Amino acid sequence: MLKINDLFVSVEEKEILKGVSLEVNKGEVHAIMGPNGSGKSTLANVIAGKDGYEVTSGEIIYEGKDLLDMDPEERAREGVFLAFQYPVEIPGVSNATFLKTALNEIRKYRGEAELDSREFLQYMREKMKLIGIDESMLSRSVNQGFSGGEKKRNEIFQLQMLQPKLAVLDETDSGLDIDALKIVANGVNTFRSADNAVIVVTHYQRLLNYIIPDFVHVLVDGKIARSGGKELALELEEKGYEWVKEGEAV
Amino acid sequence: MENIIEKYLTQFRESTESLNGNSVSGIHKLRTNAIEKFHELGFPTTKNEDWKYTNVSVLNNFHFRKSPVQNLDKSLAEKYKIPGLDAELIVIVNGIFSHELSEISSQPDGVVIGSLKSAENDLLNAHLGKYSEINNGFTALNTALAGDGVLIYVPDNTVLKKTVHIIYLSGDDNLNALVQPRNLIIAGENSRLNIIETYHSIYGNETLLNSVTEIKCGRNSGVKLYRLQSENNQTFHINLTEAHLEEACNYSHYSVTLGGRLVRNDTNIVLDAENSTGNLYGLYLTEENQHVDNHTLIDHRKPHCQSNELYKGILSGKSHGVFNGKVFVRKDAQKTNAYQSNKAILLSDDAKIDTKPQLEIFADDVKCSHGAAIGQLDEQALFYLRSRGIDEANARKILLRAFANDVFEKIEDEVIHNWLNEIVTERLK
Ligand SMILES: Nc1ncnc2c1ncn2[C@@H]1O[C@H](COP(=O)(O)OP(=O)(O)OP(=O)(O)O)[C@@H](O)[C@H]1O
Ligand SMILES: [Mg+2]
Repeated sequence: MLKINDLFVSVEEKEILKGVSLEVNKGEVHAIMGPNGSGKSTLANVIAGKDGYEVTSGEIIYEGKDLLDMDPEERAREGVFLAFQYPVEIPGVSNATFLKTALNEIRKYRGEAELDSREFLQYMREKMKLIGIDESMLSRSVNQGFSGGEKKRNEIFQLQMLQPKLAVLDETDSGLDIDALKIVANGVNTFRSADNAVIVVTHYQRLLNYIIPDFVHVLVDGKIARSGGKELALELEEKGYEWVKEGEAV
Repeated sequence: MENIIEKYLTQFRESTESLNGNSVSGIHKLRTNAIEKFHELGFPTTKNEDWKYTNVSVLNNFHFRKSPVQNLDKSLAEKYKIPGLDAELIVIVNGIFSHELSEISSQPDGVVIGSLKSAENDLLNAHLGKYSEINNGFTALNTALAGDGVLIYVPDNTVLKKTVHIIYLSGDDNLNALVQPRNLIIAGENSRLNIIETYHSIYGNETLLNSVTEIKCGRNSGVKLYRLQSENNQTFHINLTEAHLEEACNYSHYSVTLGGRLVRNDTNIVLDAENSTGNLYGLYLTEENQHVDNHTLIDHRKPHCQSNELYKGILSGKSHGVFNGKVFVRKDAQKTNAYQSNKAILLSDDAKIDTKPQLEIFADDVKCSHGAAIGQLDEQALFYLRSRGIDEANARKILLRAFANDVFEKIEDEVIHNWLNEIVTERLK
């Protein structure tokens, strides 16, 4: 599904990603861990198509296509979804209107019929129940005045609404209380299927108890320093990143 | 320059017989004084602090003059009607009230919805020029030369059920039209009145529209005035609208500016008695070489009044916006509540805005606040929307519409709200 080959990315002349390679197949969950500033969000943002990142070499192939060649909206319509580390507040745009517009644009692109207001509402109510989103939150402006946890929950709600093929979750667990964490994890787990894939960026093993990864990668200073199975996360929790860095030196 | 002024003076001498007020009436005196004032003042220059950012010297390149009466097809006004709005329709063609095109239903006793030219002299003597001061050449020229306009008189305890829609059609294909409507609106005690003015161009020649509207709100009255400026890029639109409020009134002014080469709105609210509220909401969208200048004045003269002011601008191309918001709180005006906010988005590097909030507070027990913010479109928000599959053009439109939303929220009339929303959204391409 996704193939990242030797990716180098700079921001304002500063090299952040220094040769990242990663392959994600359908049905897989990959966790990316790593110290602050190592480039995890950079990788997520480059996948989603955010401006301001210069890909100096390497490539990203998604479903056989050159992902870097596509506009962000095209990527989204092709099934790429990023749950933001810091979801943006958009005053004056209601959550419901925003989601209806997005969903229908994606459906149109896929050649599916657009949902009318009634159908949309019905579909949305189903998903709301799943994520425990309150009806009142939907008439409010996108993320405006939402608590940190509510914002993260709203990202997973959008994931459920839009049903992408590749979901990248950038620290969706940070700022969640234990109950919210379970709800969010459940939202991701019900999304998982043999046809889609998930990349989970996290600092904590805690989330991985609920969303069990097939692979764990450790990103250090713009490079994947180590990859392994789910037990790697446990080991990291115990020994810290210094251990990986030391290992790197060997 | 002298030459240009002379041309207007000549127009005054030639037309004075046909204007209201014979040579002995009070109105004639008002006009004579006004033309003298115009002679003295001419058009303002940028040396004048109030015109610092708006250069009107371009007006000297044209010989604006009165356009002969045109017989327009009824269908022309038809297309500017507001769908679904049950309205009394007034059509003003080049400043002159068109009896053929206007559609006014029969009114209760005492209500006047008609042309200023056919107004009774007593009424004019009592009110005309009483709610506006001649402090620049434009007001002077309008007062001296305006041939017609709208008179609305709503007696005490009367509610005007339908909104009055005034359609202004301006322009002349043979000359540079000088269009000078003069409106007088008198709302009696406990009366209710809603007006919407929409301005449109009918020909492509340069046109100077110089209008003055005076509004008197009687005790406990409620008046709403909406203005949509959507003329072409050859139109210079200079307007003064001044409302004087007596006790316990509620006056709301909504201004939406989409068109015009150069627009200058002087919008004044005078809170002349206690417990009144003045609301002033504005939205302007400019592109290319448009210049839109909103000068507002809220004059708190008496205690226990409140005012709310909110202006939003979206500027693109090489357009230039000006916002100057004066709020006076006079010594007597204790317990005043005055709120002002003015925000603009610049969509291009060449677009520009000059803003100047001006609060002059002479009372000590007041609550006043003002805020101004100028920025660009929020790139983070734009990316957020795009990352959910919404294309860039649509995402921009959604964000700009959202920016304008708090002005729209103030428009309670559902038909007008939806109609303006459609026009504005269409414009946000
Ligand atoms: N727009 C930018 N301008 C300058 N530096 C940037 C910019 N964006 C990211 N960086 C830098 O790139 C590096 C990687 O940032 P990134 O956000 O990818 O880290 P991260 O691994 O997600 O960290 P965290 O765990 O704290 O979220 C950091 O040093 C950061 O300061
Ligand atoms: Mg990060």
